[in-house]
Amino acid sequence: MLQIENLQVSADSKMILQGLSMQVNPGEVHAIMGPNGSGKTTFSQVLAGQYGYTIEQGSAQFLGQDLLTMPPEERARAGLFLAFQYPVVIPGLNNLYFLRQAINSIRASQQLPPMDAGECLQTAKQYLGELGLDESFLSRNLHEGFSGGEKKRNEMLQMMMLSPKLAILDETDSGLDVDALKTVAKVVNDMRTSDRAFIVITHYQRLLDYIKPDYVHILSGGQIVQSGGPELAQTVEKQGYVNIRSE
Amino acid sequence: MSESVVIQAALTQEYPHGFETKVASHTFAPGLSEEVVRAISAKKQEPEFLLNWRLKAYRHWLTLPEPNWSALDIAPIDYNQIIYYSAPESLENRPKSLDEVDPELLKTYEKLGIPLHERAKLAGVAVDAVFDSVSVATTFKDKLADAGVIFCPFSEAVQRYPELIEQYLGSVVPFSDNFFAALNSAVFSDGSFVYIPEGVRCPMELSTYFRINTPQIGQFERTLIIAEAGSYVSYLEGCTAPMRTDHQLHAAVVELVALEKAQIKYATVQNWYPGNKQGQGGIYNFVTKRGICKGHGSRISWTQIETGSAITWKYPSVILKGNDTHGEFYSVALTNNYQQADTGTKMIHIGKNTKSTVISKGISAGHGINTFRGMVRGAPSADGAVNFTQCDSLLLGPQCAAHTYPNIEIGNQSVHVAHEASTSRVSEAQLFYCQQRGMSEEEAVSLIVSGFCKTVFQKLPLEFAVEAQKLLEVSLEGAVG
Repeated sequence: MLQIENLQVSADSKMILQGLSMQVNPGEVHAIMGPNGSGKTTFSQVLAGQYGYTIEQGSAQFLGQDLLTMPPEERARAGLFLAFQYPVVIPGLNNLYFLRQAINSIRASQQLPPMDAGECLQTAKQYLGELGLDESFLSRNLHEGFSGGEKKRNEMLQMMMLSPKLAILDETDSGLDVDALKTVAKVVNDMRTSDRAFIVITHYQRLLDYIKPDYVHILSGGQIVQSGGPELAQTVEKQGYVNIRSE
Repeated sequence: MSESVVIQAALTQEYPHGFETKVASHTFAPGLSEEVVRAISAKKQEPEFLLNWRLKAYRHWLTLPEPNWSALDIAPIDYNQIIYYSAPESLENRPKSLDEVDPELLKTYEKLGIPLHERAKLAGVAVDAVFDSVSVATTFKDKLADAGVIFCPFSEAVQRYPELIEQYLGSVVPFSDNFFAALNSAVFSDGSFVYIPEGVRCPMELSTYFRINTPQIGQFERTLIIAEAGSYVSYLEGCTAPMRTDHQLHAAVVELVALEKAQIKYATVQNWYPGNKQGQGGIYNFVTKRGICKGHGSRISWTQIETGSAITWKYPSVILKGNDTHGEFYSVALTNNYQQADTGTKMIHIGKNTKSTVISKGISAGHGINTFRGMVRGAPSADGAVNFTQCDSLLLGPQCAAHTYPNIEIGNQSVHVAHEASTSRVSEAQLFYCQQRGMSEEEAVSLIVSGFCKTVFQKLPLEFAVEAQKLLEVSLEGAVG
């Protein structure tokens, strides 16, 4: 599904990713862990097509397409979803309206008829319950006055509604209490299917108690310095990042 | 059609109303003189008081210099190159029904989305359609008449209700008010007249659709709305014009009179041709709009969506004369390419416990310049008056500009005035967030802008809120990238 080869990325002429390679297949959950400043967020933003980064070398193929040359909306329409670490506020913009615009932009790109407002509301309501939110959440303005937890739940709601092929969760767990953390984990676990993959970026092992990854990668200095199974997360938890060395 | 498809369609099109209607017309030669003023009055078979009023206005206009106090960049206007009257031949003899109207004219309104035929009428909205200097048709007249409401072309009102015209014309905006008001008073050709009798809630939305068609013509319409005690009316005007490389002048006057406990809601969706991307052509929209809350407890609100015109220069205002009256102004003004807008409001507090609310949203894109100019005046008599002003600017791109000039003149210690202002840019983070959810950059901008304008859109009649939203999308075309 996603093949990344020797990805080297700079911002403001400073190298951030220094030769990152990884392969994600349908049905897999990959966790990326790493200390602050290791390039975790850059990695997710580059995959989603954020401005301001320069691709120095390397490639990324997503479902057979050259991901790095696609504009951000094309990546989203191809099925790539990024749950943002810091979702932005858009004043005055109705949350449900935004959601429907997103769905219908993607549907239009697939020559599908648009989802009408009623259907969108019904679908969203169904998911709200799972997220422990009530309906009034939909009539609020996008992220205006949202708590940290509400913002993350809203990202999960969007992920559920958009039903992506590859979802990247950028530190979705940071700042969440344990109940919210369990909610996020349940959403991901419920959405795990044989044709969908997840990349879960996290600073802490805590989230991985609830989302069992197939692979764990340790990112440090812009490179993956170690990969392994779920047990690697346990090692990090015990020993910290300093004891994990690149060979 | 899905909203996204609508948006895409809207974004890829140029100004959609820029076509010209080929129709046989009686058109005056360009130029302005006392003879022209008399000729317009004669065309309309006006009573003598009105001709005299026009002539006084014209003579006064001759003494006035063109105003230049705004920061607008206005190419010189040659008032003798303007055509002051043009009417399609089929309308010259007041057609009794639409069957007598040139089908080309009816097609024009169909194309503009304002069907005038009974069978296809805009549900729930009565429309008066003004084409160059005359009214084409007014729909739902009978239904309105049943409620006692008068809604007709101004020139018809002059014939049928001369006493009301004589009593109220110029009572809110005297001909001596300003240069363009004087010009309009001298040469105005048509417009709408509305009279709501005491205690009547107008059973439907009223709307006038102004269309400029003939090259070189100036459109000088006049609207007068009188709401008797305890009545209510909601009125909306829309405007479009063909695309031309020359500027055309539109100088209207609107007067509103609200008597005791009456309420007038007046909304404008202004979409005059804005000129091309290089700033050539477009309408000069120099308009005087003012209402008076004459009676105790009356209320007037102005809502305007200004997306068109090369230059917009207007300040819909309210004189709060009665005690406990309320004036409101809600505005979205968008300037793209080389458009300029200098707009805002005056709230004149005279009565006790009067209240005014001003919410202005300015959006600048391209090389557009957007100025909010407001005045709040509290007369010595205005005990307990309260004003709230909020004035927000949104900038798209590095070349545009936004200015805010709030003026406050208070002659009474008990008047309370609050002013809030903000300026923001559409951020890359906001755009990226929307794009990551599958939207194009244009869709993202229009969403962000619609959020910014929401408090004003909510004040529009529902049918037109959607229209206004689409209009913004078209006007923002090319504002990003």
